[in-house]
Amino acid sequence: MAKLAVNPTRMELTRLKVRLKTARRGHKLLKDKRDELMKQFLEIVRQNRALRLKVEAALIKAGNSFTVASAAMSPEFLEEALLYPKQSVALDFKYKNIMSVNVPIYEFKTSNDDPSEIFPYGFATTLGELDDAVLALSEILPDLLQLAQIEKSVQLLSQEIEKTRRRVNALEYVMIPQLEETIRYIVMKLDENERGNLSRLMKVKDMMVAEARKKNAY
Amino acid sequence: MYKIAVMGDRESVLSFKALGIETVSVENVAEAKNQLHRMAEEDYAVIYLTEQFASELKSELAVYAERVTPAIILIPGKGTTLGIGLAAVKEAVERAVGADILGE
Repeated sequence: MAKLAVNPTRMELTRLKVRLKTARRGHKLLKDKRDELMKQFLEIVRQNRALRLKVEAALIKAGNSFTVASAAMSPEFLEEALLYPKQSVALDFKYKNIMSVNVPIYEFKTSNDDPSEIFPYGFATTLGELDDAVLALSEILPDLLQLAQIEKSVQLLSQEIEKTRRRVNALEYVMIPQLEETIRYIVMKLDENERGNLSRLMKVKDMMVAEARKKNAY
Repeated sequence: MYKIAVMGDRESVLSFKALGIETVSVENVAEAKNQLHRMAEEDYAVIYLTEQFASELKSELAVYAERVTPAIILIPGKGTTLGIGLAAVKEAVERAVGADILGE
């Protein structure tokens, strides 16, 4: 691992030690965040799978009924029958914070709660299959919205997890080893200087002692 | 208040009209792209998109996946499911965990 390009000074050493401490702390925190996110994510993603399978099956069934109805009825009649819906859906949403990821919580209101009141047309000119399709759709509507909420959460969480995982790895395998290496380098360099200085002093002392002896001999 | 819309070919989305959900029927991919951008700028919180169009709009969907609104949710169009919606869930797992650990 390459060391950082810094001057081997005592000041730099102190600075790097502080940075290493921060990096270690950040690494630990991010790791905890990643683990917790993962736990939440796996829980939600399981729900997502099950709900999606359910919704898709129901939608296909409703779609098939609708196809039969549209085959038997003229397109104009069909369009006319569905033109003015009796019910309307309004949506409101709040945020829920999962480990600093804001995921939406949807709340929806239908203007019409009576399930037998959803057909916006008279039964005289329409086929029974159309009723089936509309009824099946209205039954799956709460699940459909639930799916939207869960699936959006999964999307947002997976991105956050990916980001967090990269940060953890960058700290663990790049930043921290680099800092440690650089600190070791500076410590060794400073020690080497210290030893060099010491031996130079000893040498000078020896020379001075020899000089003094020489003078005394005369 | 936020809005919900269903987007896809005419036949797939028409039945949603009965529920009072706004339907946007589009003929081709270019039109779908335009409508998607328009709805994303307005206050649509949830957009259901048929898988047939979703397969052509991958890059657009990737952009909106990072934003909180709109949530673009794939639904099967007429007839069959293409499995794109489920594949997207799998992709999210692989992205987060590094491997598909849910299995089949």
